[in-house]
Amino acid sequence: MAAPFDQNDDSVVVIIGSGAGGGTLGTDLARKGISTVILEAGKRTEMEDFVNNEWESFANISWLDPRTTSGSWRVAKDFPGLPAWIVKAVGGSTIHWAGASLRLQPHEFRALTTYGNVPGANLLDWPITLEELAPYYAKAEDRMGVTRTNGIAGLPGNNNYKVFAKGAEKVGYKDFSTGRMAINSAPRDGRGSCQQIGFCFQGCKSGAKWSTLYAEIPKGEDTGNLEVRPESQVLRIEHDASGKVTGVVYADASGTEQRQKARVVCVAGNSIESPRLLLNSASAMFPDGLANSSGQVGRNYMRHLTGSVYGVFDEPVHMYRGTTMAGIISDEVKHDPGRGFVGGYEMETLSLGVPFMAAFLDPGAWGREFSSAMDGYARMAGLWIVGEDMPQETNRITLHPTEKDRFGLPVPNVHFDDHPNDVAMRSHAFAAGRSVYEAVGATRTFPTPPYPSTHNLGTNRMSEKPRDGVVNKWGQTHDIANLFVSDGSQFTTGGAENPTLTIVALATRQADYIAEQMGKNAL
Amino acid sequence: METKTRPTLSRRDLLKTFGAATVVVAAGAIVHPGEGWALEATALPPETMRTLVRMARDTYPHDQLADRFYAVAMKSFETEAAGDPAFKAMVEDGVIALDTLANARHGVAYVDVGWEVDRVALLREIEAGGFFQKVRGTLVTGLYNNEEVWPIFGYQGESASLGGYLTRGFDDIAWL
Repeated sequence: MAAPFDQNDDSVVVIIGSGAGGGTLGTDLARKGISTVILEAGKRTEMEDFVNNEWESFANISWLDPRTTSGSWRVAKDFPGLPAWIVKAVGGSTIHWAGASLRLQPHEFRALTTYGNVPGANLLDWPITLEELAPYYAKAEDRMGVTRTNGIAGLPGNNNYKVFAKGAEKVGYKDFSTGRMAINSAPRDGRGSCQQIGFCFQGCKSGAKWSTLYAEIPKGEDTGNLEVRPESQVLRIEHDASGKVTGVVYADASGTEQRQKARVVCVAGNSIESPRLLLNSASAMFPDGLANSSGQVGRNYMRHLTGSVYGVFDEPVHMYRGTTMAGIISDEVKHDPGRGFVGGYEMETLSLGVPFMAAFLDPGAWGREFSSAMDGYARMAGLWIVGEDMPQETNRITLHPTEKDRFGLPVPNVHFDDHPNDVAMRSHAFAAGRSVYEAVGATRTFPTPPYPSTHNLGTNRMSEKPRDGVVNKWGQTHDIANLFVSDGSQFTTGGAENPTLTIVALATRQADYIAEQMGKNAL
Repeated sequence: METKTRPTLSRRDLLKTFGAATVVVAAGAIVHPGEGWALEATALPPETMRTLVRMARDTYPHDQLADRFYAVAMKSFETEAAGDPAFKAMVEDGVIALDTLANARHGVAYVDVGWEVDRVALLREIEAGGFFQKVRGTLVTGLYNNEEVWPIFGYQGESASLGGYLTRGFDDIAWL
């Protein structure tokens, strides 16, 4: 059913990665009649392969290729080989994501204009506005079945949400609900409704949660125009003497090098692998890596200001029952510099099982202070903070000078230091989260440091001027017309919202642009 | 947990245990007469395994958990030591150093230091070292990823095969 394309077919669009960006783009291009090959580094596992077991699932689907870390962030100390918690499989991190689907706010597209010159931050306005992206947000919400849009009912609140909502109400917050989630509250688009299984991070076994794995890619394949090649890790992108890209070299499942020719190449490997690939594709013509005339490839790495607050109560909560991210408080997402920082943050419920709670509540901690917290597991409620972190040029993905992967390529190093604005916002958010739980009688609360990054953003950022970033408003690289970036690494700034909806909206918009440009023979 | 192993345990061994509510050393194994289990210890001396199990409880003390959960969690040390001489040496050296410290502070080996607070103080002295960190890191998964302990913490685990929690209490909170 899926079209197999010849490796020498130089008319195809090659997309690297099959997650929110690549999977959506590939499906859209295929529907437009464009021959498309998605090369996915991971395996193709299906819904029935997912397991409701945190560590087993982690071993099955995570991106565990060697990476190194540096900088003052605590992840570099606690999880030095695991800067990011993302997925290596067909579907990418849409297998793992929690489903929160939020539009960026208008002012977040104009971060430099709104926040002004923040020392140490490399702020920039996006070259697009919310108005331009709004029609694509609407399409994305419809295709993903986002609750509280398109007449779709919200999900019911679970125990973790009920504690959170009651606390929000008592604190005086107004803007809280079970949120806009790409999880079916009723059967839709051939997928059933949420069974409140929990384990959203381990892959949704009912298919109620949107994922490119089963909600997009099969539709693309049904057109006969999309071929997905799993276990195909792209090693470098090649170009001709004119500087246009001509195809990619990848390692197949056996590690053998293969070459796929291409008319257009779209990079969607998430914000660590995408810049790494551009840097590893350096050539005599592009000695600093592809699309890197600005020197911005790999820079401005953002991970959202995160952190968790867990509250322990004197009565049972059983927070793990039902959707992992079951509700949201948006009162603090506004930009109000009177709080001592620019930008804002969301609070979203989050739960971990006993195995991950032990690993992440306070990594490295031991003794009764820690074990007594674990004793309160069944009486615990939890939330996650998602805030806008500042882009900094020095927070970046670089190629490790000595460490190589199994293909002999330098591994990526992820360097991150918090900006003072990040520290101030996290401190405010920790206190806000504690207030929510104390308002409903928490007897103990914990600030939990950021987990390995799930929202990896900004390392090939979008800019109006070529000197400020890597891609233009269409995700097309400033330097090479037929080379695109199609994932969250395009983000000029991070906003305070979970990024998947924006990645999908940008991919849909990019598909229109690529089709139009191909139609005009401009690509 | 090697329940098939039936090491010889003399009456005198048992008498040494002050009522058997603790882990004792036997030939090629550690034994918990009170809980009725034995864990083979051949790659590492049984004395070393006993110290590791005591360390495990002192590191992540849960009074509601039986010793067997800590023994199971530390079993991987025995397995790893069997195939890795450097690891075996690291563990044995670590225990010797801990016992030396215990002797200096209290005049007895670590397992014989009578009060948890005193043993924990000894662990605090070695917590930055590789040996302690290996024990602690092993416990994070060895103890908390054991499905048998989950119900004790009130965690129900896998739910998809049971239809999720939609009709099994996802929103049953009653005290708010």
